[in-house]
Parts: sequence; structure tokens; C-alpha cells
Amino acid sequence: MRRYSILSLARNALSHHQGWPRLWRSPEPRRAYEIVIVGGGGHGLATAYYLAKEHGIVDVAVLEKGWLGGGNTGRNTTIIRSNYLWDESAAIYEHALRLWEGLSADLNFNVMLSQRGVLNLAHTLHDLREGARRVHANRLNGIDAEWLTPAEVKAFCPIVNVARDARYPVLGATLQRRGGVARHDAVAWGYARAADARGVDIVQNCEVTGIEVSGGRVTGVRTTRGAIGARKVAIAAAGHTSVLAAMAGIRLPIQSHPLQALVSEPVKPVLDCVVMSNAVHVYVSQSDKGELVMGAGIDAYNSYGQRGSFHVIERQMAACLELFPIFGRMRMMRSWAGIVDVCPDASPIVSKTPIGGLYINGGWGTGGFKSTPGSGWVFAHTIARDEPHPLNAPFSLDRFATGALIDEHGAAAVAH
Amino acid sequence: MLLIPCPWCGPRDESEFRYGGEAHIGAPANPGSLSDADWADYLFMRNNPKGWFRERWMHAQGCRRWFNAVRHTVSNEIAAVYRMGEPPPPAPGPGREGET
Repeated sequence: MRRYSILSLARNALSHHQGWPRLWRSPEPRRAYEIVIVGGGGHGLATAYYLAKEHGIVDVAVLEKGWLGGGNTGRNTTIIRSNYLWDESAAIYEHALRLWEGLSADLNFNVMLSQRGVLNLAHTLHDLREGARRVHANRLNGIDAEWLTPAEVKAFCPIVNVARDARYPVLGATLQRRGGVARHDAVAWGYARAADARGVDIVQNCEVTGIEVSGGRVTGVRTTRGAIGARKVAIAAAGHTSVLAAMAGIRLPIQSHPLQALVSEPVKPVLDCVVMSNAVHVYVSQSDKGELVMGAGIDAYNSYGQRGSFHVIERQMAACLELFPIFGRMRMMRSWAGIVDVCPDASPIVSKTPIGGLYINGGWGTGGFKSTPGSGWVFAHTIARDEPHPLNAPFSLDRFATGALIDEHGAAAVAH
Repeated sequence: MLLIPCPWCGPRDESEFRYGGEAHIGAPANPGSLSDADWADYLFMRNNPKGWFRERWMHAQGCRRWFNAVRHTVSNEIAAVYRMGEPPPPAPGPGREGET
């Protein structure tokens, strides 16, 4: 891997930037690997990178049915925060946030992390109580959290409508200053480049169509580019987690839903933080290009269709305009949906399975992007050691039988 | 937006309905004898097919009655609706061309 630096930038400027190498090889898949990772999104690529970096395992292939980061990694609203209520969630998301904070230097790739602060607005008495409780819980877990009064919200984000007679009155907000956004594509590319440099094979246009199991142990996968043997297979396929698990005969407590997002035409800087509202289901930030990036809540029904119903974003836009009257004449340019895999307790599954050598990382629902580095880090540990790290042990599949659910529904600062 | 044919009221916009998830999940006959794993299966484990799916809907802003539908989870095509208690129709063939 040729390292990026001010010198390499200057050197390549002399040759009109025609000499930059490709970020990763595109090798033909070999017949067998130690570990096959199914899914070339942020989580799968991060897993491969940390397997190589933290555990020295480089006999690894990442199989992606489309192109890298073409699924939910490229479809989310790029928000990063760790202000979750429960200890287990706070620990894993805070671990992710700390990795985010050093990620560009670690990968030698600018993921454009911008810790511009994340506001979670409170509109009702219940929101007030929930927000205050979450701030205290976060502080007990060593996570930065502040409570803002309506006047402080106005000072922090002047374009929010805090009028007392507003349709959704702003009664206060929680603020995590270390929260923010990152460039989602760069996360996939940066992990892919760094994993490839350590010897991981990244294979695109290679869809897994079956999982081979023999005597209770996984032996490989069938793909559109032939059979590939593997001692261990790790599923990191986001919305398609259930489909992959079903190939190995495993039932999961996951339902797949569309989650819609949209962007506006680009405008001059108007919003320098992230604003989320649990009650009315708006979250908005402004990209470096100037587009407003907005997300909605999930569509109610199960779907793999990567599109949602219009009334969902219509309601979301109506609420957004109540909160931000200044956006009244903005034009929305594009809308799309990603397929999110939602667990009953709105918490992920990063776990071994009843089948030896088969591991699952899924169920992140609407909140997978922010966890990307932490998810890959704990998943790599789980695969390499064949046992979960203490950070992801609470997120094992057996919690649905033991009853030790981690109920982040409504507690996670956004309704799922 | 889906156009959902309520078996009592006819085709109506999706925004009139409430979704009820997977259909035909019966309560356990002998709850006292269920293991933890059986409870987990009943309470939490769900089919999540990429294809035809039997699911429940409730016409919340209409007749307020529950019914079942057979819908394709990629194309959103609704092959059949049937009332609670009626036997499910046989699974349709594959989805429309190009959709699996």
C-alpha cells in the first residue's frame, strides 16, 4: 500500500494525479480460505481489517454480491454517536466512537469524521424525563452528555424553531459534542484498502448462494463464482442476515424493513450540527457538499425492496418543516431506502451460532453505521478466538432464550 | 404507498392500515411445559423470507378488523387476502420476472 501523505500528494500533483494506484486488488477467489466474510460493507470490511491487524489472520476473503459499500454503508445518514441508555449498548458504541476518533490515522485514509455535536430534541414531558435520564446514564458510563435548555438549544442551533406555540415545542435537548458524521463511502474504501494491504482478498460481484455445513460445522460457501471452502464463515450482511442464516438452517429474531433517507439540493452552510428528534422522527445534518441529509423512521412492513412508501417521508418532511421553518422552500433531490434488520429489542446480534465456525453480525437495525469500527473489532475477536469479547458477549443470540434482552427501543435516543 | 385490498372494504391506501407482522403464529398449547428455547422461538423467532410472506394487517382507519395477506417482500405484490380463521391459500409461484 502506498501511504498517503503531503509528500505523495505533491509528487502525484506533478504527474497530474494520473499515477495513483488502485485502492485494492480484485483477485479471483481462491478455492479455500481460513475465514470467509459474507458482506463487503463497512462491518464486513472492518472485520477483515481487525482480523488482520489485531489477530494476525490474513487468510481471509470478503465476498460482496455487488460493489463495496453499495448496501447500507452507502445508504445511511452517516450519524455517529454513543449516547445509548443501557450499559451494554453504551460500552460497545463508545468503543466504536473511540475507534472512530483515531480511524483516519489508523487507516491512512481520511474518513472525514466531523465531531460537530448531536442534538436529541425533547418535545414532551416524557421526552424530557427520558433525555435527562439518558444524560445521567451516559455520564455514569463516562460518555460526554449535556442537557440543554430551549434557549441553549437555540444558541447551539439557531435555525431550530423553539417557539412555545410550535407544533412540536422544543422543551430541551440532549447534546453529545463528540457525536457527528463521517463520510460513509470513505469508511468502506479505507477499510478495504487497509485490509487488502495486509493480504485480505476482497471479491466483488460474488454472491453467496449457500452455506455448506457438515457434521455440525461449517465447511464453506457456494457462490455465483464457484464453491469456496472455509474453516470459518462470518455473516455481515445487514438487511439480508435472515436470508444468509436460513441457508444454514438458523432462524433469527430479525425482521427486515425499508429505512428511507433523502437529500436536498446543496445550499450554503446553514446547519453545523446534527439534529435528531425521536418523537417526530426527523434527523438532519448538512453534508460537506451542502446537501441536507435527512432520515425517516422504518416502513412498517417487511421488505427487501430497497424502497419505501411515500407517506412515511411525507410525514417526516412535515415534521421537519415545523422544526426548521427555514427549509420551507428547499427542494429534495433524491430519496432511497436501505433494508435494515431489526431485532425485537432493537439491539444487534454479534454472536457465535449453534453451528461450529459460523458467526453472525447483524440486527443492527437503524443504527449500524455508527458502530462500524466497534462492530468489526468485536466480531474479529469473536471469530479469531471463537468466543465473544466482553463487549459483545451481551449481544449473543442466546439472550432471546435467557431473557437478558437489551431493550433499546425508545431508549436509544431514536425510535426504531 | 401500498394499495391493500381489505377483505371487507376493498382496496385502500396503506396509510389506513396497521401492520401486524408474520401471520399464523399460534399460542403454545401447553405453555407450562415449554422450554426456554421454545419460548424464545414462539416470542421472538420469525420467518423473514425474501419472497412470499403471510402477514397480518389491521384496517385501523376503516373497519378496524384484522386480516391476513400474502405479499411478496421484494415486489410488494399482494397475491391474496383472507379473513382471520380462513386457511391460508397455497403459496404462489415465484415473483414476477426478475424478482426473486
